[in-house]
Amino acid sequence: MKKRLLALSMAMIMSVGALAACGEEGGSAAPTEAPADNGGDTEEKKEEAAPTEEKKLDETAEVVDVAEETEGKVLNIYCWNEEFKSRLTDHYPGYEEVDATHGKIGDIDVVWTITPSDDNGYQNKLDEDLLKQADAAADDKIDLFLVEADYALKYVDTDYTLPVNELGIDPIAELSTQYKYTQDVMTSSDGKLKGVSWQGCPGVLIYNREAATAVLGADDHDTVQAAVKDWATYKETAAQMKDAGYYMTATVNDTYRTYSNNVSVPWVSADKKIQIDDNIKAWVDDTKEMYDAGEIKSTAALWSDDWSAGFYPDGKVFCYFGPAWLINFCMAADVDGSIANQGGWGATEGPQGFFWGGTWICAATGTDNKATVADIMRKLTVDKDIMIDIVKQDDDFVNNQPAMEEMAASDYTSAVFGGQNPLGMFAAGAKNISLDKISAYDQGCNEEFQNAMKDYFDGNGSYDDALEKFYNSITAKYPALSR
Amino acid sequence: MNKKGKSVVSYNKWGYIFLIPFIVVFIIFQLIPLISTIKNSFYINYRDGLEIIGPKWTGLGNYGKIFSEGLFLKDLKNTMIMWIMGFIPQIVISLLFAAWFSDPSLRLKGQRFFKTVIYLPNLIMASAFSMLFFTLFSTVGPVNDIMKGFQLLIGKISDPNEYVAYDFLAHTGSVRTLVALMNCLMWFGNTTILLLAGMMGIDTSLLEAAEVDGATANQIFWRITLPILRPILIYVLVTSLIGGLQMFDVPQILTKGSGQPQETSMTLIMRLNKHLYSKNYGMGGALSVILFFITGVLSFIVFKFSGNQDKYGKK
Repeated sequence: MKKRLLALSMAMIMSVGALAACGEEGGSAAPTEAPADNGGDTEEKKEEAAPTEEKKLDETAEVVDVAEETEGKVLNIYCWNEEFKSRLTDHYPGYEEVDATHGKIGDIDVVWTITPSDDNGYQNKLDEDLLKQADAAADDKIDLFLVEADYALKYVDTDYTLPVNELGIDPIAELSTQYKYTQDVMTSSDGKLKGVSWQGCPGVLIYNREAATAVLGADDHDTVQAAVKDWATYKETAAQMKDAGYYMTATVNDTYRTYSNNVSVPWVSADKKIQIDDNIKAWVDDTKEMYDAGEIKSTAALWSDDWSAGFYPDGKVFCYFGPAWLINFCMAADVDGSIANQGGWGATEGPQGFFWGGTWICAATGTDNKATVADIMRKLTVDKDIMIDIVKQDDDFVNNQPAMEEMAASDYTSAVFGGQNPLGMFAAGAKNISLDKISAYDQGCNEEFQNAMKDYFDGNGSYDDALEKFYNSITAKYPALSR
Repeated sequence: MNKKGKSVVSYNKWGYIFLIPFIVVFIIFQLIPLISTIKNSFYINYRDGLEIIGPKWTGLGNYGKIFSEGLFLKDLKNTMIMWIMGFIPQIVISLLFAAWFSDPSLRLKGQRFFKTVIYLPNLIMASAFSMLFFTLFSTVGPVNDIMKGFQLLIGKISDPNEYVAYDFLAHTGSVRTLVALMNCLMWFGNTTILLLAGMMGIDTSLLEAAEVDGATANQIFWRITLPILRPILIYVLVTSLIGGLQMFDVPQILTKGSGQPQETSMTLIMRLNKHLYSKNYGMGGALSVILFFITGVLSFIVFKFSGNQDKYGKK
């Protein structure tokens, strides 16, 4: 018996060790100290500004002259895909590519750390390294990193991002051509601009010309816009599309941003309570109705195979909702046989204006390449000639108001849109974007809400069940939030 | 006398020296993490964005939260259901295979080949296996294509466009079955080998004696083989149960971490993984500790249970 007990206890300890491995990180890696930034200024807890509060650029912020500072040898760039790298390779004068993760600007070695954002991978990596930033060797410090609209606020109000005026850029005088919303997002509660973007992300409804001709009789902008001008007409058109063998959208999540950008309260209130806006609920109701009627193809997630099946004629999908980068970067424009490749898409405003994504360039506190970072920012986000090049070459929509209005009026045409010039639509949309309803937790909220509602759309349980699941996952993801 | 004692001591010394590597590895990789996990479970400690909250002492607060949320029992139930669904076919198939392989009168050809083949699924990474099933059973995957072709063949539908794909990942039953199927496929080879080893160890004179006395093959299996195999069976059950409680990679990859539909395929460790998103060491630690106790209790019950038959054993 004694032997048996001994064996049992050994077996238990071994198995527990295996279990404990999951929690192991907790013991060894839990940092107990709040990180101090380089300047020695160690305010540990900063009251986070209420997300709805009006933010204004501080016009008196001193612009630091960095020309005299010596530059570090290595420029570390953190991002989540190849997009920014290709922008830099193609459009930044003096950038030479060495290999997939290395480049050169003059004497400075550029080192890319590209971590895909799946499963929050990018932010995990970035956060770990930012927390270690103060202790890292000069050449290992992050110099520049990119953030997306969904989680930009997480970084804006921290000391880990460097205001642009400390890089020698005067936000008032130099950056006046940029769309205002791109600066509002990145303005911290004390009025410092923490990042700049080269692109604007107003969204449009991207429609399949073939389906439009077959069902609506014509594929020109005015005819299609009349058929999708508001949600009621949109639904009527969906019924027609279904009768003709087309799906209105590929997945239930396609219309999500159009609703979630037109909310009246942000996901998270100032006292960290989760709020579900009426318009989000409207998305659930409208989508459920259309999915049950067979007008939406599947309940799969965005970026899934079911979603991208509609990029090809066999997918029989009428429309997608998206900004310029979606068309250029994601819709298989360079694959033979895709609709984009044949110029078979058209663009129209759709039922409601919205934005999606957007990438901002931030300088990390502690960078030893201030002048280079500032120059990249200036070249990519202010320089008119470079930005027009980006539009022509990559069909992107850039963050330069005069240039975009000029091009909207010009004879520029987009190949994926079959000769249409969508820039006027984007330019009008960009002016109206307001990001004052975003919160630092938007990425998790959007993701988890879509995941949770999938069950409801599939017919597994009621809306309340799905909502319950959403609350459970979001409070596990962000323990600071409550319902 | 003195001399003899000395030589014994010096042999003992070598025993301890040979134990050092194990002890060191055990302390660093098992004992210290175990203690720190238990310690962490009593603190509030997580990240809010880039801000670190805590560590702040909260006593049993994390445990209270786990039980008041009501998700723990749900997750435990899911885990056990999927484990049982996988374990029952697994043990039946393994017993059958082991009995066949070990029966000399069957004279099976190519035994070595089949023993290797049934073990092969276990060599594939669980996540790769799961990814494979995810693709096979997706709405645009080959299984749905086959089902479409079959329905066309038997005339249930006349046009491929009429076919409505069956979403295997949107139904509780099908998701659980897939998870159970994968676990069963991955582990039945391993179990077969273990049972086979046990069966080979049975004294053939017992089986022959039974045969001479006129026992049928069935009787021999139920009355002789199984009772002698009991310790091995219990070992298989306990290890599989502990493994089952820690079920993670297969459902995690298959459902992309969501435990869909309605979290009915959400296992305990998947929930633990969710707590680690915000580096919530407190909640994660508390969940691990609860799991530790459940594992301990379950193992103890099974051991106790097997002890009843221990007539000849030393007490």
